[in-house]
Amino acid sequence: MTTKPTRRPTYYEEIRQKGYSRRDFMKFCSIIGAYMGLEATGVAQVANALQKTSRVPVIWLHFQECTCCSESFIRSSHPIVADILLDKISLDYTETLMAASGHQAEAAKAKTMKDYHGEYILCVEGSVPTKDDGVYCCIGGKSAIQVLEEAAEGAKAIIAWGSCACNGCVQAAHPNPTTATPIHKLVHGKPLIKVPGCPPIGEVMAGVIIHMITFGRLPELDRVGRPKAFYSKRVHDTCYRRPFYDAGLFVETFDDENAQKGYCLYKVGCKGPMTYNACGVTKWNGGTSYPIQSGHGCFGCSEENFWDNGPIYRQMANFPGFGIESNADEIGMVAAGATAVGIAAHAIATNLRKNKLINNVIAEGKDAEKEL
Amino acid sequence: MATHTATHKLRRVFVWELPVRFYHWLNALVIVALCATGYLIGSPPAFLSNAEASDQYLFGWIRFIHFVAAYLFFFNFLFRLYWGFVGNKYADWKNFIPTNRKFWSEMWEVIKIDIFLQKDKEHLSVGHNALAGFIYFLTFLAFLVQCITGFGLYASMSDWWFADMFVWVGGIFGGDFGLRNWHHAAMWFFIIFAMVHVYLVFYHDYVEGRGEISSMGGGWKFIEEEVFDKEKKKATH
Ligand code: HEM
Ligand code: SF4
Ligand code: SF4
Repeated sequence: MTTKPTRRPTYYEEIRQKGYSRRDFMKFCSIIGAYMGLEATGVAQVANALQKTSRVPVIWLHFQECTCCSESFIRSSHPIVADILLDKISLDYTETLMAASGHQAEAAKAKTMKDYHGEYILCVEGSVPTKDDGVYCCIGGKSAIQVLEEAAEGAKAIIAWGSCACNGCVQAAHPNPTTATPIHKLVHGKPLIKVPGCPPIGEVMAGVIIHMITFGRLPELDRVGRPKAFYSKRVHDTCYRRPFYDAGLFVETFDDENAQKGYCLYKVGCKGPMTYNACGVTKWNGGTSYPIQSGHGCFGCSEENFWDNGPIYRQMANFPGFGIESNADEIGMVAAGATAVGIAAHAIATNLRKNKLINNVIAEGKDAEKEL
Repeated sequence: MATHTATHKLRRVFVWELPVRFYHWLNALVIVALCATGYLIGSPPAFLSNAEASDQYLFGWIRFIHFVAAYLFFFNFLFRLYWGFVGNKYADWKNFIPTNRKFWSEMWEVIKIDIFLQKDKEHLSVGHNALAGFIYFLTFLAFLVQCITGFGLYASMSDWWFADMFVWVGGIFGGDFGLRNWHHAAMWFFIIFAMVHVYLVFYHDYVEGRGEISSMGGGWKFIEEEVFDKEKKKATH
């Protein structure tokens, strides 16, 4: 690379400047290492990397979203995450948190994109509307598509935060009036990490970023591009109510005795068995709880199309094309009933239309019986 | 009141070899098990029990039966595909895939005679008739869909490389949500197929009197001497 601006401080230096002790720093490294599923030596690697590397420039774009991802991130359990990774220190541009505004902000973004071409991480929160040339989301006089394409061009890697950026989430739910499109369908040829969830867990988000800083590359991804460390298991696989599921003990309604006993929420619509996320392990709000622990089923917020795979409080989805409140079983039963009627009608008609054949067979058999 | 009945000499034809019959009944058994356990997995009844959860594994067993039956179903299916290449002429894969005009014209004839019930006509086929063969071909496709979606769901529950080979499936069905919905909906195809299938076996046995029902037991069907000669001529031509 050509001329660099003055040497940027390392993460560790920034952390110390912020008033954290080395002890705080090491604690942070172990916590985040544990969330990332690293072994003890991995924690040392994290500490090492944060001491040696100067901060990676980050541009964080917001499109069609509700900012719950940013909210989740700044609330992740350790304050260092918010202070160092997200605070103005690391973020060169983010609409919701940056101090600058207007032309100043746009200029800052342009500068980062130029100075750190090929080096910055592009974080995208939200989906991009593509209908009608993308007029449904414009920032600074440009459509979201343009903004995304410009920023993606020089990015080292892209992180799609949350279900909006990963699979469209609520804006893409039927009938998807703006043709809200996830990032991976718009940007090609760049390393892309999907961190789905509505929102994703703050610690997971921090873990992904720390991984990229520590190891200088993307974390290991699964087939659909999610980091394996956090998305390789279903909520159901780590759910503490799982023994009730295996026993067949289910909550029938939210106010029954079974609910008080903490039985499995499968029959009131828990989508944990289809949902890949770390909620059962990492939990939320600094490990306080997660939806199932609070008595509400998972509704699959990190899965594609989860809004259209409803209803939330029933296990079986509405069947596409047959209107609301019709699931596969209801349609199947109607079809089976119609089949039974058809069979009965056919059987009656057979006796009328084929009576000669049938009578011949019967008569032949009876004759033989008599002759014996 | 039988005024005059022709008496027929019947020829015994060995139609379904033992492997085909074995496949058939194992398939029937596991499909019933899969539909029953699958339905329970989708909508579990309210089991009432005062026992501790740790002393029970009811739902676990239901799922376990589903998975065992699923493996049997899958490998049995593979075996049948293999037998389509080495078995007798009635087991041959050509019975299932329309490869020539004759196949299509026979299908049309079966539709006229057996579905729309042309008056006092029968269609003779020693093995599968063309329409049945083609419908079995469609069921094989349904088997495939059910195995792919099933193992796609199962991949995340298993450490075996074989099941893990199916992890890609989720991607094309929109994740486990989509997989599950399709897997569940496809069950109804099996149920409706079974209803029609069993009915038609009775229909043929009743109208034609050639041992249709018992053929899947011993492997034999019985055809009239004249019919036999005609078929033989056709075959040697
Ligand atoms: C005749 C064939 C089959 C039928 C009719 C059938 C039916 C079903 C049904 C109705 C469900 C419940 C879906 C729901 O929750 O709504 C189910 C679940 C499932 N089936 Fe099948 N299935 C068949 C074959 C297979 C095969 C070959 C596999 C392969 C391993 C398989 C694996 C599964 C799995 C993993 C589940 C999810 C169980 C869970 O949630 O824990 N199935 N099946
Ligand atoms: S509550 Fe949900 S995630 Fe937990 S065991 Fe039951 S179905 Fe699975
Ligand atoms: S429990 Fe399910 S719905 Fe709730 S946050 Fe986790 S993945 Fe999303």
